[in-house]
Amino acid sequence: MKIFDEYKEKLPLKIVEEVREHTKGLTSDKIKKIFEKVYDEYVSSLVDAGESVGLIAAESLGERSTQMTLNTFHFAGVSEMSVTLGLPRIIEVLDGRKTLSTPTMEIYLKSPYNKGKDIQKIAAAIKETVLDDIVDEYSINIVDLTIEIKLNKEKMKELSLIPSVVSKAVSKKSKKYSVKLDGDVLVLKLKNKEENLNEVYKIKGAIKKIHISGIKGINQILPVRRKDEFIIITAGSNLKEVLKMDEVDATRTVTNDIYEIHALLGIEAARQAIIDEVNKVLESQGLDVDLRHVLLIADTMCTIGDIKGITRYGVVSEKASVLARASFETPLRHIINAALIGEKDELNSVIENVMLNQSIPVGTGLPGLITKFK
Amino acid sequence: MTEVYLNDKIIGEVENGKIFARQMIDERRKNNLPGDVNIFHDEQSDSIFINSSKGRVRRPLIIVRDGKPLLTEEHLEKLEKGEMGFNDLVRQGIIEYLDAGEEENALVSFHEDELTTSHTHLEIGPLAMLGLSTSLVPYANFSQGSRVNIGSKSLKQGVGAYCSNWATRMDMDISLLHTPQMPIVKSIMHDISDYRSHPSGQNIVVAVMSYEGYNMDDAIILNQSSIERGLARSTYYRPYAAEELRYAGGLIDEIDVPDKDVKGYRSESDYAHLEGDGVVYVGARVDEGDVIIGKSSPPRFLSSMDEYSLTSASRRESSTTVKHGEEGVVDFVLLSRNEEGNRLVQVRVRDQRIPEIGDKFTSRHGQKGIVGLLLNQSDMPFTASGIVPDLIFSPHSIPSRMTVGHMIELIGGKVGALGGRFVNGTTFSAESEEDLRKELQMLGFKDNGLETMYNGMTGKQFKARIFVGNMYYMRLKYMVANKIQSRATGPIQLLTRQPTEGRAKEGGLRLGEMEKDTFVAHGASLTLKERFDSDITTIPVCEECGMIAVYNEWKKESYCPMCGENSTVNNIEVSYAFKLILDELKSLGVYPKLVLENKY
Repeated sequence: MKIFDEYKEKLPLKIVEEVREHTKGLTSDKIKKIFEKVYDEYVSSLVDAGESVGLIAAESLGERSTQMTLNTFHFAGVSEMSVTLGLPRIIEVLDGRKTLSTPTMEIYLKSPYNKGKDIQKIAAAIKETVLDDIVDEYSINIVDLTIEIKLNKEKMKELSLIPSVVSKAVSKKSKKYSVKLDGDVLVLKLKNKEENLNEVYKIKGAIKKIHISGIKGINQILPVRRKDEFIIITAGSNLKEVLKMDEVDATRTVTNDIYEIHALLGIEAARQAIIDEVNKVLESQGLDVDLRHVLLIADTMCTIGDIKGITRYGVVSEKASVLARASFETPLRHIINAALIGEKDELNSVIENVMLNQSIPVGTGLPGLITKFK
Repeated sequence: MTEVYLNDKIIGEVENGKIFARQMIDERRKNNLPGDVNIFHDEQSDSIFINSSKGRVRRPLIIVRDGKPLLTEEHLEKLEKGEMGFNDLVRQGIIEYLDAGEEENALVSFHEDELTTSHTHLEIGPLAMLGLSTSLVPYANFSQGSRVNIGSKSLKQGVGAYCSNWATRMDMDISLLHTPQMPIVKSIMHDISDYRSHPSGQNIVVAVMSYEGYNMDDAIILNQSSIERGLARSTYYRPYAAEELRYAGGLIDEIDVPDKDVKGYRSESDYAHLEGDGVVYVGARVDEGDVIIGKSSPPRFLSSMDEYSLTSASRRESSTTVKHGEEGVVDFVLLSRNEEGNRLVQVRVRDQRIPEIGDKFTSRHGQKGIVGLLLNQSDMPFTASGIVPDLIFSPHSIPSRMTVGHMIELIGGKVGALGGRFVNGTTFSAESEEDLRKELQMLGFKDNGLETMYNGMTGKQFKARIFVGNMYYMRLKYMVANKIQSRATGPIQLLTRQPTEGRAKEGGLRLGEMEKDTFVAHGASLTLKERFDSDITTIPVCEECGMIAVYNEWKKESYCPMCGENSTVNNIEVSYAFKLILDELKSLGVYPKLVLENKY
């Protein structure tokens, strides 16, 4: 219809589509009236020019998050799997931390695995197994200077491993020693003839962490039922390797490691991840913060195509004004660095103008008076 | 083998720790060991700790043997007759003091009828679990623990008779209640601690209701007429002191009426209250800024002055004046000398404090509130029998705080006041609510304390029955008169030219960073600028070099000391703090060039 095309220019496409859906079977006269109302509502919902959206976003989130400080160390969701929630998690996300305190994934499975088929097997394949997990006993032979490692047959059977695979993995790790397989006992012998007991002890410590099978970085797994399907929740995250697995539904599987998402799926996905992670915390605490504040913060963090935390190393360091940067943290450093390269402060933002006691360029301070001479 | 430690130092080993510890304790009870030694057998590490050092907190308990306390009726009778004292019981091994360590080996019962053969001690009374001031809270076992804590804290802040020799003391920040009373609902701790000699509150009539909305949110309404009759009236004392200090070169401060040629001489009227010796007379009405003790000090930097000055260097004025925002009557003057032999003058100023809106009051149950309205007796509600409450307390303060003790005290107070007796409200062993209700009914009142009341302003009867009774209320030492502050313009700091901070210095109220944010969030740009105009300055800036120029007041013109008189200089308005930043940058070797451009 003509009227839809007309409003396509004035309104976002999504709104027009929504109106189209809800007005099926109405006369064009009525549709026009509806569109007029929708348009009025849309215009009045727009943010005014000069509104301090950034500060309001910061206040909206900051004021609410101060109420969260008390109930921080709650176990969320599933038994025995602790995930950082509350204020610490929000700080973690907004600071853009690279190492998370509790990285975790939610792995969705394709049918028929999501109905529980082979779930233990898949889970076992995902979980990282290191040598220490399948070893019964280490013993050091002081006379021969060898390490004898007794493997646990049952545990290996659970993970469908055979001793030769383990032996290969261990021998690949280092060339300092040779590995001999004797039934289910691995015998490690130093290749270096200058035998040293200390060296043997060092090797014994080092080999415990040798990766045998599974996906690196995933320390714990927990298959749980969510609604009518099985998913796997992990402690530790490795999105790239998990997505490679055939049984995994790559479209729904998520991690809470934003940097991993950024590296694998790009900045738009990372932005969405920030929004989701912040919203998850807010929702779990029952806080009602408008989505647009979170959107603005996520946009700010991702705007240069890389994730920048709200810290002095992140977005603050990107500020154009020397005075604004100096007013945040470590003022002397910023001023001296600015002096070295002769920076110029255009006084375009809020803090600088507060410092100089000039009217700030927001709200009533934004418009200038222009007189035209005739 | 069990290791034995005396005051944390190992002294040897014994065969069986348990038996050894028991023997040691027995010896102590027989007075063969000092009574302040405690023996603790740690079964986990199997070692014995004997402690005799100072600083351990110990508490008395009745010794129990075979499920029976050693303290018998016989002892109690003797105690009552005064033939025996508490110390005799300790000496006879009936009561002993345990420290934290030995308590670990003891099993203590709260009540005598709960004793079993495995118990080793019996609590003297359940009240012993509370501290001194918490024991003064009546019916504390009916209230939430945190409220009892708050109640015992506010007891310490109550205005009363804090000591008996106040008349000769020079205590700081002290108030005395004019007519303090012993509480009607008391605990045995009031008798033990001789509360009668230092009470801190008054028994007043309290109605639990809302009235005109002036007792919302922990506010209370007071009866103006009661106040005029002297309710909760107190006197605030403030001591001032001055000392004749001695300086190098035999110079000395002089306490007298300063001469007119003294540097910093105030106006003559400021010294009006001083007598010939330079000290105010007792009974003088003094106001803020009035001189109480006149004093002059020798000039500073004496050596340099001697050579150049023809006239003798003038002395400095250093009198003691009444503090900002205070007034009163001179109560007491003390002339003496201090340890170094310097003359010392102390003056105490008293100020009568009549309760006013904003003063803080509390019951003993952590129900504190601020006076929100003073109402004349004629406007206060009254009961059918004509009783007018002194205080109206909001019912909304009760449910969330669960201070049931507060309400029981109200009934207890009513019974006590009507029956002309004290009511025992000791925590855990008080007169029961049931008994109080029965007695109240016998006195001709409803047993639940409710009464028909009438609105004092309209005379109409209230639909609801109102809970009225007597309670012990305290006026707390925090009074508006000590807190109230306002400022339009006033003193500024020398360095930053911003207003001073704090009430004593007539300071401004800081509009801090977060407050600033609220202005920004509202987009109130010009309002914000105006609020920060307190240190605004006009500085001349050279257009050439961008540095601060010089204004020649004599020639009425500005010039730049770097670029000469030919460069254009313009004035800009910035905060003085910004000028300071520019100066500081220059001192760091950073060149802060200002580039001016027309605003419009």
